[in-house]
Amino acid sequence: MDLNYTPEQRAFRDEVNGFLKAELPTRLSDKVRQGKSLTKQDHEEWHAIVNQRGWLASNWPVEFGGTGWDAVQRHIFEDELTRAYAPRIVPFGLAMLGPVLQKFGSREQQDYYLPRILNGDDWWCQGYSEPGAGSDLASLRTSAVRDGDHYIVNGQKTWTTLGQHANMMFCLVRTSKEGKPQEGISFLLIDMTTPGIEVRPIVLIDGGAEVNEVFFDNVKVPLANRVGEENKGWTYAKYLLTHERTNIAGVGFANAGLANLKRIAQAEQSGGRPLIENPHFAARIARVEIDLMAMSTTNLRVISQAAAGQAPGPESSMLKIKGTVIRQEINAMARTAVGPYAMPFASEGLEEGSNLEPVGPDYAAPVTGQYLNNRKLSIYGGSNEIQRAIISKAILEL
Amino acid sequence: MNFDLTDERQMLQDGLRRLLRDSYTADAQKIIAESDTGYSPKIWDSLAEMGLIGALFTEKQGGFAGAGFDLALVHEEMGRVGAVDPLIDTAVLGGGLIAACGNDAQKALVEEVIAGTAHLALAHGEPTSRFDLSHVQTSATRNNDGYVLDGRKAVVVNAPNADHLIVSARTAGDVADRDGISLFLVPTATKGITLRSYPVVGGGLAAEVTLDQGQVDTGALLGPEGAAFDALATAHARATLAICAEALGLMEAIRDLTIDYLKTRKQFGVPIGKFQVLQHRMADVALEIEQARSAVINLAGHVDAVPQVRDVHVSATKNLIGTVARQVVEESIQMHGGIGLTAEYELGHFVKRLTMVDHRFGDTMYHLERFIALAVA
Ligand SMILES: Cc1cc2nc3c(=O)[nH]c(=O)nc-3n(C[C@H](O)[C@H](O)[C@H](O)COP(=O)(O)OP(=O)(O)OC[C@H]3O[C@@H](n4cnc5c(N)ncnc54)[C@H](O)[C@@H]3O)c2cc1C
Repeated sequence: MDLNYTPEQRAFRDEVNGFLKAELPTRLSDKVRQGKSLTKQDHEEWHAIVNQRGWLASNWPVEFGGTGWDAVQRHIFEDELTRAYAPRIVPFGLAMLGPVLQKFGSREQQDYYLPRILNGDDWWCQGYSEPGAGSDLASLRTSAVRDGDHYIVNGQKTWTTLGQHANMMFCLVRTSKEGKPQEGISFLLIDMTTPGIEVRPIVLIDGGAEVNEVFFDNVKVPLANRVGEENKGWTYAKYLLTHERTNIAGVGFANAGLANLKRIAQAEQSGGRPLIENPHFAARIARVEIDLMAMSTTNLRVISQAAAGQAPGPESSMLKIKGTVIRQEINAMARTAVGPYAMPFASEGLEEGSNLEPVGPDYAAPVTGQYLNNRKLSIYGGSNEIQRAIISKAILEL
Repeated sequence: MNFDLTDERQMLQDGLRRLLRDSYTADAQKIIAESDTGYSPKIWDSLAEMGLIGALFTEKQGGFAGAGFDLALVHEEMGRVGAVDPLIDTAVLGGGLIAACGNDAQKALVEEVIAGTAHLALAHGEPTSRFDLSHVQTSATRNNDGYVLDGRKAVVVNAPNADHLIVSARTAGDVADRDGISLFLVPTATKGITLRSYPVVGGGLAAEVTLDQGQVDTGALLGPEGAAFDALATAHARATLAICAEALGLMEAIRDLTIDYLKTRKQFGVPIGKFQVLQHRMADVALEIEQARSAVINLAGHVDAVPQVRDVHVSATKNLIGTVARQVVEESIQMHGGIGLTAEYELGHFVKRLTMVDHRFGDTMYHLERFIALAVA
């Protein structure tokens, strides 16, 4: 047992750090640190910089233009990026679709789409959830009916994150009503500019518009845009889910959040001294920090297993639950820390191009929005209730 | 012992509930939220007309009720519909302070408040005062014409709508002293007073108020010079009761919405309320809301007691409400899934408003510490 990174891993970390120091634009890291919304251009700019360095596809094998890194390297990379307040790498094309195409896509699909993901030619969104199909995803009803060399797609997707930026969607559709619901689902790649598609924003309670509804009215999708076999889409979707699990705990986000919280608690006064010296508040910070320290190691244990080629078990569900609870607690404490300055509704001031001076201290502006918005962490990607069901099924052998 | 409403209060509750139900439809919420004032002047007028504002004042003050239980009843009903009217600021804090400390000329404003024609705001908190009631840095310096006010007031709720502000300022003593704080009733339009206005999460407006050589005459002094602390503490105790009762109403509305949703939302072929894990969590939410109700009753029954007794209840209740509010907010969103996070669905407004309760009149932690000091240590 050795808790330290190997010399190679340390050297790698330094290399990542050097890259970030040299290449991460302060304009972008400032925005991330201040909780401001990033534009499409911001994301694209950052992707291009990382791609230039050859590191954008951190979870792809070398043959497809990826880094070929193992799970520990990927972890180090993601961790350093978060600590440096780099914009997150948008996961839809890179982390989610890429591995599916590599495993199940046709040679033509791989040759065409994978380079476009790397070069930022396509912005992908994920079309799984529907109004009636959330946790029970397999009950999805958006239909795709064959018509010559096309499918005709009808129905509705919802909660489509950043769908407003996307020109492409990977989408689960129903191609058969026979047998078990899981057995009639296909995986389609849909061009969002096809006639019959309408994207409508959903405003969330923090005032932000990050998710959308997407409506399909007789949308023609070439058969060639189906990944793998018809009615096998569920298998591909599940493969994607088990592979989007490396950063599931969000340790980097939690660390960044904790550092920010301490900064706020240093600056805020309570009873004539810094809030961080208030024993009750300090105790709350300590509890979450202690939990986070242990979780970081749980995370590394799971990552090491993955690097050794073992498939993740219920541990990834455990990490999802712990990670989200810790991050949500940090958000709640930040809200407490700013006191009455949690009250101004600041959404507008966080938009691009706003010249509004923050009402209170600059760190106060995003905290209420982040607290409310991050309730999503325990809902999406398999809610924490669903994760608990996975754990209990495994450990009780149900 | 009797936990029933008196006939008068029952009538008030019935009337108010009817009026609010008709006024606050889901759409009205939107209209109000998007209005310039952050509330609906039309609804405000109808509340005044039915005597609601008068219910917050005693007969001697020109109202007809004014006890703790009246405050609680009114604000619980307001909470149940997610009302955004600035009743706490204009009536409980503003009207309450003038009724308690004002001279006859000043008290004329209480009548206007009760009639629904005047709005007030208490400009007391400062950028670094947090919830510390005695922390006043803003200064009032005597000169030949009266007093000159200088300083900054933070998150002054309802200031943008207020015709008059009640400004706390130091006429003697150090920043955190209880003695030496004075109150001034000043027109918002006074020269030297500037407002930076903004909307508040969950509804309503507030402002950062800058006082720069604000000249007021001696007639502006509200109550005796340098001795405003007790009046401020009393007003805050009553406002805390009001906001706790409002929080209770919000919790009830959220509970009802969530129960409805658990019964109707289907996943895996069954209403999600069939899942035991959600049943138990809903049960916990429901039982904590009963705790919240009892805490509000405790405070309502003691809000007019001597300060030592009153403040134990203020802190116990505000602490408990803060803890339960967080649980109700987080559990209700979670049990709704994604829909619970949308601005359009009713729950969004209720949870935002309930979340903000912990940021006024002392938060859960502040009142935990005060309770320790008053009752434990
Ligand atoms: C901000 C945000 C972004 C999202 N982005 C995307 C996206 O880009 N693409 C996409 O396809 N989807 C996306 N989603 C959708 C997300 O995956 C769903 O919200 C999630 O699957 C939950 O579904 P639901 O919201 O319909 O809740 P429901 O499934 O209706 O759940 C409601 C409640 O019931 C509980 N529940 C459900 N079933 C069970 C059970 N069997 N046992 C116990 N409890 C249960 C849930 O845990 C929850 O508490 C996003 C969601 C959000 C909030």
